[in-house]
Amino acid sequence: MQFTVFRFDPEVDREPRYSTYQVPVGEGTTLLEALLWIVDNVDGSLSFRYACREAICGACAMFVNGKHRLACKTQIKDLRADEVVVHPLPHLPIIKDLVVDMSGFWEKYRAIRPYLIAEGLGERELYQSHADRQAIDEMLNCILCACCYSSCPMVWTNPKYLGPAALLKAYRFAGDTRDKGGLERLKLVAGEDGVWRCHTVFNCAEACPKDINITWSIQALKRKLARAAVGLRP
Amino acid sequence: MPYHRILVVGAGLAGLRAAIEAADGDVAVLTRVHPVRSHSVAAQGGVNAPLANVPEGKEDSPERHAFDTVKGADYLADQDAAELMTRLAPERIYEIENWGCPFSRTPEGKIAQRPFGGAGFPRTCYAADRTGHAMLHTLYEQAVKRNVRIYEEWLMLDLIVSGGRCRGVVAMDMVSGRVEAFGAEAVIMATGGAGRIYARSTNSHINTGSAAAFCYRRGVPLKDMEFVQFHPTSLYPNNVLISEAARGEGGYLVNRDGERFMARYAPKAMELGPRDIVARSIQTEIDEGRGFENAYVHLDLRHLGAEKIKERLPAIREIAMYFAGVDPIEKPIPIQPAQHYTMGGLDVDKDGASELPGLFAAGECACVSVHGANRLGGNSLLETVVFGQLAGAAAVRYVGGLEKTGADGPALDAAVAEVESGISGLLGREDGEKMAVIREEMKQVMFEKVGIFRTEGPMREAVEKIRELKERVKRARVEAKGRRYNLELIGALELPAMLDLAEVIALGAVTRTESRGSHFRRDYPQRDDANWLKHTVARWSPDGPRLEYKPVVITKWQPEARKY
Repeated sequence: MQFTVFRFDPEVDREPRYSTYQVPVGEGTTLLEALLWIVDNVDGSLSFRYACREAICGACAMFVNGKHRLACKTQIKDLRADEVVVHPLPHLPIIKDLVVDMSGFWEKYRAIRPYLIAEGLGERELYQSHADRQAIDEMLNCILCACCYSSCPMVWTNPKYLGPAALLKAYRFAGDTRDKGGLERLKLVAGEDGVWRCHTVFNCAEACPKDINITWSIQALKRKLARAAVGLRP
Repeated sequence: MPYHRILVVGAGLAGLRAAIEAADGDVAVLTRVHPVRSHSVAAQGGVNAPLANVPEGKEDSPERHAFDTVKGADYLADQDAAELMTRLAPERIYEIENWGCPFSRTPEGKIAQRPFGGAGFPRTCYAADRTGHAMLHTLYEQAVKRNVRIYEEWLMLDLIVSGGRCRGVVAMDMVSGRVEAFGAEAVIMATGGAGRIYARSTNSHINTGSAAAFCYRRGVPLKDMEFVQFHPTSLYPNNVLISEAARGEGGYLVNRDGERFMARYAPKAMELGPRDIVARSIQTEIDEGRGFENAYVHLDLRHLGAEKIKERLPAIREIAMYFAGVDPIEKPIPIQPAQHYTMGGLDVDKDGASELPGLFAAGECACVSVHGANRLGGNSLLETVVFGQLAGAAAVRYVGGLEKTGADGPALDAAVAEVESGISGLLGREDGEKMAVIREEMKQVMFEKVGIFRTEGPMREAVEKIRELKERVKRARVEAKGRRYNLELIGALELPAMLDLAEVIALGAVTRTESRGSHFRRDYPQRDDANWLKHTVARWSPDGPRLEYKPVVITKWQPEARKY
């Protein structure tokens, strides 16, 4: 199978180029396995991030045959294509080849106070009903891979927009019955660089390799803000 | 060059918990991946603590938990350490829950607990089957809250020892390829296991063990490295972990005759025997022709029903569907044993202190020892938070007691120069075989000859083979010559360290003429307490590991035959 891989080292290359490789592909071969095969056997200079190879660490997000995907979770035969074309996550600065600069992504993550706001430590667990725990189950599955962030046209056009991953994280806490952040937390995601910048394009939900409906969480934050604005309990 | 009073290497659960403990002072974390990419994230089934939160667990206690741990360990665990861990378990679990860890809940709203292998009561707290992910994200959140300084994508390449104490580490910025010394008064190693020494491992690609091996080369001994856990249920064929929770929730192991074969090996505990016994049972079924395609058996969850599978085991279902095209609601999952956990590690005490002043270790890279010859499922996550906290606190006390502090400039410069010259030598070599060839030979020989079943002859061959590979690696080459994010170079810098560990494992295994826990010898099938109730301690020497032994701490429980 032919693999065409985007290459760029901003310190050396004037402009991006592509390398093509012929890679043996069998039943079940994943894109990550193919990339590792290239490094071991053909071209050790190809750079990409990876770790767990089981779709839980979030390291290997990339853009494959026109879609955001985790390399480890992508089986080559499922692409149903004659060629595999691999790009780094679009709209993020490139460090080298498929490795992108995620610092903006993490800055926005930090901006929403990404931790449970609660009174100090107690003697026991904070009680939470099974139903309340399950209500945020989907949001908890985020692996911070940045597929959503890279797919969002609002992120492309407004570098200040918090973006889907940070907002999902904000809802993970705002929707957690143990969190005491209340209005203080909601204020962090209000405003034109917060939830109101989301135009419900649903690219994030489409791109998410964990099938999280991120757009829904952003709308839920909007609802909470709207309720707070008219004096109702968020 | 960067300097911090305390430097934590590794940002998984143990490393982050240690850093949080030291966060009031000058602490930093150095890690080869962003913290949430650490392998702790992949832990699935849960974390043990005797909370007695469910009716079947009412009688549970730290003492019962410690006993199960010691028995599971085939009596090689230090009993004082096991008692300490289980006594502190509730405190650490309530703490991480209070910090936001989204555990699954009982009907009364308490932390839910499920049965796990080798445990007398349901004491495994869980967040569906994504417990490691839930805990790691929570600790990362707490580290962000405390503004802990984190150096991401720095690969440790050496330990700096000067004047008889640890003074920092040498590391390479993976992005630029630049090598720097990080001065520190105390270093806490929290770099995880060494599973990638083996073909067929459930471990992340980053679990090479190289960082611990660099400490070993600088004189820090390794303990009990021959005890390597093979998890009974990894997905066939790519060996992604299928959590013990699948059996904890009631899954069956079935051979090609449709028989629940565990009845022959652990008639009482059945599928919930300890991992060493279940892994050997599965391998025996396969070896004796009762597996499928001579490679795997079935893990059948169908009788649990769609609802329970979707709620309690969603990640397992996802993994089976992604990687094997099998929906466990409809079909059994093909599984086989695979390397899973490194029981041995850097020899440390209950505070995580090694014999080298200023060097601490916690988590899978360390050996306290609480897991002895076989770790119980759910005890590794517990170990990370308990001993991460203790190591962090001990490091704070240690640096507080030092008279003179500050970076040891000359030692740091010399250490950087040595690593740099190694890298230049490697990149300057134009001929020789590829590193990857040697790596694959190492993995294969370790799996085949120092695996689930062991015997003298093959293990001797393995030791010889590893020694041959150690020579060959000195002449091997790296084709990619750039320094920026050079994956081939990173692999080449780690491989000699991995070979050192492989040698310690193989030599320790062939020398230990008994069977205990995960170390099963066909030629010595019995446990031999008279001669081998002791820890192996391996010290680096230019001619290979020197093995010494030290006693196991026994407090309450004399070794008994292990029946399940």
